[in-house]
Amino acid sequence: MKLGNHTRAIVVGASSGIGAALVEALVARGARVAALARREGELRSLEARLRPAGEASGARLVVRAHDSSRVDEVAPLFEELFEELGGVDLVVYAAAIMPKTAPDEYDTTRDLEQIAVNVGGCIAWGNAAARLDSSQRSGVLVGISSIAGERGRKGNPVYGATKAALNHYLEALRNRLAERGAHVVTIKPGFVATRMTAGMEKPLWLIAPEEAARQILSAVESRANERFVPCRWWMVAFVIRNIPSFIFKRLSI
Amino acid sequence: MELAAQRSFEWCEGWGMASGSHARVLRPRGLDELRECLAAARDGGASFALRGGGCSYGDANTTSRGVVLDLSRWNARLDFDTRSGVADVDPGVTVRQLWQSILPRGHWPAVVSGTMFPTLAGAAAMNIHGKNAWRVGPIGDCILEFDLVDAAGELRTCTRTTHPELFHAAIAGAGSLGVFTRLRLSTKRVHSGELLVRAKRTANLAETMEWMESRLGTADYLVAWIDCFKDGEASGRGVIHEGRHLRPDEEADPERSLSVARQELPARIAGVFPKSEVWRFLRLANNDAGMRFVNAAKHLAGEIEERQGWYRQSHAAFAFLLDYVPNWKWAYGRSELRGLVQHQLFVPKERAKEVFLAVLERDRRAGHASYLGVVKRHRADAFWLTHGLDGWSLALDYKVEPARRVELMAHLDGNTRLVLEAGGRLYLAKDSVMGVEDARRMWGGERLARFGALKRELDPRGLFQSDQHRRVFGADFAALS
Repeated sequence: MKLGNHTRAIVVGASSGIGAALVEALVARGARVAALARREGELRSLEARLRPAGEASGARLVVRAHDSSRVDEVAPLFEELFEELGGVDLVVYAAAIMPKTAPDEYDTTRDLEQIAVNVGGCIAWGNAAARLDSSQRSGVLVGISSIAGERGRKGNPVYGATKAALNHYLEALRNRLAERGAHVVTIKPGFVATRMTAGMEKPLWLIAPEEAARQILSAVESRANERFVPCRWWMVAFVIRNIPSFIFKRLSI
Repeated sequence: MELAAQRSFEWCEGWGMASGSHARVLRPRGLDELRECLAAARDGGASFALRGGGCSYGDANTTSRGVVLDLSRWNARLDFDTRSGVADVDPGVTVRQLWQSILPRGHWPAVVSGTMFPTLAGAAAMNIHGKNAWRVGPIGDCILEFDLVDAAGELRTCTRTTHPELFHAAIAGAGSLGVFTRLRLSTKRVHSGELLVRAKRTANLAETMEWMESRLGTADYLVAWIDCFKDGEASGRGVIHEGRHLRPDEEADPERSLSVARQELPARIAGVFPKSEVWRFLRLANNDAGMRFVNAAKHLAGEIEERQGWYRQSHAAFAFLLDYVPNWKWAYGRSELRGLVQHQLFVPKERAKEVFLAVLERDRRAGHASYLGVVKRHRADAFWLTHGLDGWSLALDYKVEPARRVELMAHLDGNTRLVLEAGGRLYLAKDSVMGVEDARRMWGGERLARFGALKRELDPRGLFQSDQHRRVFGADFAALS
C-alpha cells in the first residue's frame, strides 16, 4: 500500500512519542488523518504545530480526545471518523503506558490499568478495524508492540506481558485477515527517544521518534508482517529468545 | 444511546459483491436486544435492512441509507424432535447448523439452497428453493409456524390457520414486514447419509427439458447445468444430475453414513492442494475465452460421468455445489463493485423453452454470455411475493465489470421484459434490476396493494427497507395502495 494524499488514517495514542511522529509523517504526505489521545491539550498543540505542514501538503487533520481504555466509545467513534475522513485504510494503535515499577512492587490496580490501555484498547480498535477491513477486503492495521514483549524480564513484568499479548493478538488477526485481502503489521520498536525512555541511562541504539515513524510507514508500504525498529533489534530478539530459563532468571536484563 | 447488541461499521455487500455500501451493523442476539435496536431506530428516525447470512446475490440485504440489522448471531437455540422431525430454531441458525444437527438423527432439511450458509430467517424471508422445488415447493411450504416482530416490537406467532394473510406475506416478503425471531419447520426422514446420483448429458435445451420432464415422477432432485456459450442447434446443451434418496434396505450401515464427518467436503484436492486457494486459478479462466473452454470441458466430462451410471454421493456434496470451492466467487474479482449478478428467470412451462432460448441467444449476441447456467423445475405456491410457478427456472451468472456495468444492467432489463411478457417472474434473492412496474406486472396491483396494507399495519413508518425494497416497491410504499 502506497501512503499518500489518498490515505485515510486513524492514529490512536497520538499526543506524543511514536504516535505523534506518525501523525506528523502522514500529514507531511498529504493524508487525511485522525489523531486520538487522552490528553486533549497536547493534541491541540500538535494540531497547531502541524498546521503549516498540512497546508503545504494538502493534508487534513482531525483530533479527538479519547481514552483508549474506554472501549465502549470505540464503535461510535470509529464510525464517526470513517464519515469524517471519507473512509479508513489505515489504523495505527500506538497508545501504551509503562509506569515505573519498583523491583518489589506488585500493584494489581496499576497492572490492570496497563492491560486496559495497552491490550484492551488495541483489541477494541483492532476488532473495529478487522470488521471493516475484512468486509471491504482491504486496509491495514498497525500495532505498536515492543522489543519488551519478546521475553519476561524482571523490570516490567506486566508491560512486557501486554506487549507479548499484543504480538499474539496481532499475529492471529493477520492470519485471519490474510484470506480477506487485508493486512496487520506488528511493529517492535527498541528504544525510541520518547517520554517512556526519558531518564533511562544510555539506552541501546536510541533513535528519534521521527526516524521510528519513517521506518514504520516503510514497513506498512512494503506490507511487512513484523518489523523491528530499527531492524537490527531482530538480532537481539533472536539471542534473548534463545537464552534458556535457568540462565535467564539469573541475568539482570 | 448505548445498545447491548454488538455494533460495528462495515462494508455490506450482496453475495455477488457487485453492489453494497458502508453501513452500521447491529447484531442482536435475542428478543430484548432486538427490541432495543428497534426502539432506538424509531426514536432516531433510522431504517433497517435485515440481513442473515448475506447470501442474497443483489441488494436485498444492504442499505445505503440506514443501518443493517444482522440476525446471524442470534443462533443459540436449535431444538429438534426426532419423532416428528420438526425443528424449532432461532432466526440466525443456518442451513448448515440445521443439517449437521439433524442428519445424525436421520433427517435432512426438506429444502436447502446451493450453499449451506443462509440463515433460516433469511431463507424464509426470501423463500428459497432447492433442487427438489417441483416436488416439495419452496422452504415456505415446510414452515409450520413462525414468530414475527413488527416495527413496534410486537411479536406475533403465526401459522397458516391463525394468520393466513401474514403467513403468506411475510414468507417471501424479503424482510419488509418484520423480523422473523423463531421458525418451526418440518424436515425429511432419510435412511442414509448418501443419495443415489446419476448424470445425463444432453445435446440441447429441448433434450435437457424433455429428459427432466420424464423424471419428474420418480426423481427426488433434478438440476441441469447448461453451457451458455454454445449456439445454434446445441444451445442449452448440458449435464443433468438426478438424485434419489436411498430406501432403508439400500443402506447397510446407516449410523456410520449419517454421521456429519462422512459429509464434510474435503479441504484439499488430491490430499495436497488447499481448496481455499483454488479461486486464484479460476480467476485466470474468468473471461469469455476461459469460460467457453471450461463450459465445453464440463460438457465433455458429463459424457464420462454418464457412462458411470448410478453412483453414491453424500447429501452435502450433492446439495451444496456452491460451497465446493471456497470463495470461488472471488474469481470474478475482489475489488470494489466487481463481482457477479445472478438473474434467475422463472417462466410458465408452456413458454419456458422458447423464452430461455431467446435469452441465451440475446446474451451471446450482446457479448454477455452467462458463465454459469442452471435449469430447474418448479411448482406454484401460495406466497404473495413468490417466484414460484408451474414451470421452469433458468439461473444465469453474469460477470460485472465497472466498464460494462450500466450496459449489462440495461441488457438484463431487456431479459426481464422477455420473461414478464411470457407471464414469468423473478426471484428477489437473485434480483438486481427489477423496478416498481415490473413488480406490479409480476404480482399484480391488487396483491401488492394487500401487501402494502399489511406493511402499513406492521411498519407504518417504513423502518424495514433495504436498497432492494426501495427499488422494487418504491421509496413511498403507501403509494402502492
